[in-house]
Amino acid sequence: MVKKLLWQIGPLIALFVIMLLFTIADRYWGAGKFMSGYNLRVTSGSAALIAVPAFGMTLIIISGGIDLSAGTALTLSGTALALSLKAGDPIMNALMLMLLTGCLCGLANGVMISATKVVPFIVTLGTMTIFLGIGQIISGESTVYPPRENIPDWLNLCYTGKDSERYLIPKIPTSVLLAITLGVGVATMMRYTVFGRNVFAIGSSESTARLCGINVPVTVIAVYTIAGFFVAIGGLLYFADVKSGNPSDGTGKELEIIAAVVLGGGSLSGGRGSIFGTMVGALIITVIRSGCSQLSIPNTYTQIFIGCIIIVAVIVDQLRHGSPEWFFRMFRS
Amino acid sequence: MTSNKVNQRVGNEQGEHKSHWSAYQPPTDVSLASKCLLTMNSISKSFGPTRALKSVSLSIQSGEVLALIGENGAGKSTLLKVLSGAHRADAGTMSINNKPYRPRGPQDARAAGVAMIYQELNLAPDLSVEDNLLLGHSNVGAGFLFRSRQRERVQEALNMVGLNLLSPTAIVGEQSVATQQLLEISRALISNANIILFDEPTSSLPQKDVQRLFEIIDRLKRQGMGLVYISHFLEEVRAVADSYNVLRDGENVGEGRINHVNDDQIVSLMVGRDVDDLFPSVPHEPGEPWVSIDSLQGDSLSNEISFDLRRGEIFGVSGLVGAGRTELLRTMFGLDHIEAGQVLVDNAVVPNSVRSKMRAGFGMLSEDRKQEGLAQDLSLIENTTLGNMGKYTTLGLINLRARNKVAEELMQQVEVKSHSGHQQVSELSGGNQQKVAIARILHQDAEILLMDEPTKGIDVGTKAEIYRLMGKLAAQGKTIVFVSSYLPELLAVCDRIGVMSRGEMRAIRDANKWTEDEVMATAMALEESPPI
Repeated sequence: MVKKLLWQIGPLIALFVIMLLFTIADRYWGAGKFMSGYNLRVTSGSAALIAVPAFGMTLIIISGGIDLSAGTALTLSGTALALSLKAGDPIMNALMLMLLTGCLCGLANGVMISATKVVPFIVTLGTMTIFLGIGQIISGESTVYPPRENIPDWLNLCYTGKDSERYLIPKIPTSVLLAITLGVGVATMMRYTVFGRNVFAIGSSESTARLCGINVPVTVIAVYTIAGFFVAIGGLLYFADVKSGNPSDGTGKELEIIAAVVLGGGSLSGGRGSIFGTMVGALIITVIRSGCSQLSIPNTYTQIFIGCIIIVAVIVDQLRHGSPEWFFRMFRS
Repeated sequence: MTSNKVNQRVGNEQGEHKSHWSAYQPPTDVSLASKCLLTMNSISKSFGPTRALKSVSLSIQSGEVLALIGENGAGKSTLLKVLSGAHRADAGTMSINNKPYRPRGPQDARAAGVAMIYQELNLAPDLSVEDNLLLGHSNVGAGFLFRSRQRERVQEALNMVGLNLLSPTAIVGEQSVATQQLLEISRALISNANIILFDEPTSSLPQKDVQRLFEIIDRLKRQGMGLVYISHFLEEVRAVADSYNVLRDGENVGEGRINHVNDDQIVSLMVGRDVDDLFPSVPHEPGEPWVSIDSLQGDSLSNEISFDLRRGEIFGVSGLVGAGRTELLRTMFGLDHIEAGQVLVDNAVVPNSVRSKMRAGFGMLSEDRKQEGLAQDLSLIENTTLGNMGKYTTLGLINLRARNKVAEELMQQVEVKSHSGHQQVSELSGGNQQKVAIARILHQDAEILLMDEPTKGIDVGTKAEIYRLMGKLAAQGKTIVFVSSYLPELLAVCDRIGVMSRGEMRAIRDANKWTEDEVMATAMALEESPPI
């Protein structure tokens, strides 16, 4: 039990250490604004943008799959929302269209993976560019700007760090609120529903799941469709960030999303991962990014730094699970 | 029986070697010492708080087959892994041909002439026979592989294990398990090994191939190699080994010449108590037929198969590997596609999906405990309740406490030895894992238990517990279909036995109407040419 708890809490410790280091560094070399309310709001808002689609990715990774199309599906949903708002649709219709787009993308992935038995990596590698192409067709290969007056106030202020008194709930960014609500919901689902336990079983050993009478294809399709739902919400947050829709913005976002899951303790071989960990993983990425920008470290170095953190995280994870003898051998010989 | 009697090496020839067991003592007789191929002296190894080996010693002469005997978890595999360089000992010394031997890894072991044949096959299934044999020790010239130069060596190694007819370019994954096992041995031969370690080599072999393996072992022995043989089958040990060494809880408890002890003595050394009954039977009375398999045919089951099962009956299925026993169970359970025929329970046709089969009362224990039988990463509780958690849900949410309680009770019922139900299944020994798998089909409320090799790779003591459990379940009126390659257990435990051969059910008789020879003859019927 203690070991299990440590595993849950490990990424959190890493997050605190990173925050502490940046706070100290910021006090000496920066403008001292790293821990300011404004910066915390912006940072947690960006974390939500990664975390929400990463919830879906967590499900997929626990089930032993991967979704490379998450990035382009995210901006496709966001673009659909932008187009709908531009056309002057009521906000509810626009949101429904956005969710439908995301879920359909996930459903397409799930059906293809279940029906063809092609590995998820390849299927989603294909759909990644397909979704990009569809997005470019519907947007006419340009960025879609809906008029400001068509964007409701709560959505306008969903993401930003400004006007904190005018949020849905004052002081707490709406995007963070959304992420926490969804996170609690999906974490409950993973722990307390038969579906959630089945996802773990499939990721741990698909043939065992089949032996136990679990309907593997249907479960897999459901996993990807639910992930599509979270990707769509991610699209909403993306739209709230840039107030426009450009399908090609999503290229590369999937790696950020996957990184959040892995930093949170998800195993790419399936069977392991947690929603809480993924939240922390998303925070780690955005805190590093924000901290580096507060210290005026160029973006390129930030990328290198994040890359190193990911690799270190995976090595630490390996050390905690099983016993990689190579590691100990290094010291002995 | 006194354990002292066995606890010393009996026989004059061996007795003189006792001096080698203490470190740094020069051998008194040089000519005998040169025959001492390998000594392991006071080897200790711990994994965290668990002490797997406590000062274990062992020696092999050249031209000797040593049987390493012990229950699961006794430390046999760990000892072999230390020897083959996969683990490093915490303390103790080893020497080969009187030269100190300290392997840093499997490469060192191979260079010193130590090769290990693992219980699980370690071949690259997509590569050809020749590529597999040469993997890691090909005679390379500037990084290139000169296959033609190697052909002779490959062929020679294949001939040694009796695979003369196998093409070196055949793909390994397409060969039978028995052939792959022999390929493992030829891979050891090609690296000029002179100490070969066998970790339960026969657990997946049919009887006929076991005989062939013994012939090969005999041939290697005559060439002066030293062999270590781990097996749970005492009659095998008797057939193949010259001497024995028994481990219990990571300690040496007895050794000597194999023909100086009887089976009961060995078993009581292994389990530390007298096992009066290797095959305990719980009285049960088979009732009315209630399950009927009617001309069942499927993708993996080419011939129609029909038979009935009675309530409270243990029905044994015997046959060689490849006779279609596993396929029969998988088709009955709906895991393999059903093409024709039907399964009836209480005269009602059961639909073909796994779900419907489970609802009708079927439960299946997979032969492949590691890959299919259990989800190794998940906890005991999770594995026990997998596939039947619906009964703990209210409004879609599982009541974890209720579920854990039921699972813990079930695990007590099947006597799983573990720290807690939250432990990962992979941390348990094979026997305990099997009990978790049985607990799961009980949790599914199965009435018809399809058990595929339930005692494979399990020690004698746990086997007896599983037989007792099977008898208890039959006494409760459950029906058990028991597939096994180990004839003595089938004959002792079952009420009726059906013998399969080449995908057909050849004959079904009451267990007491079969003899071992008759079963073998039926199983081999029509088998004239070797399968390779």
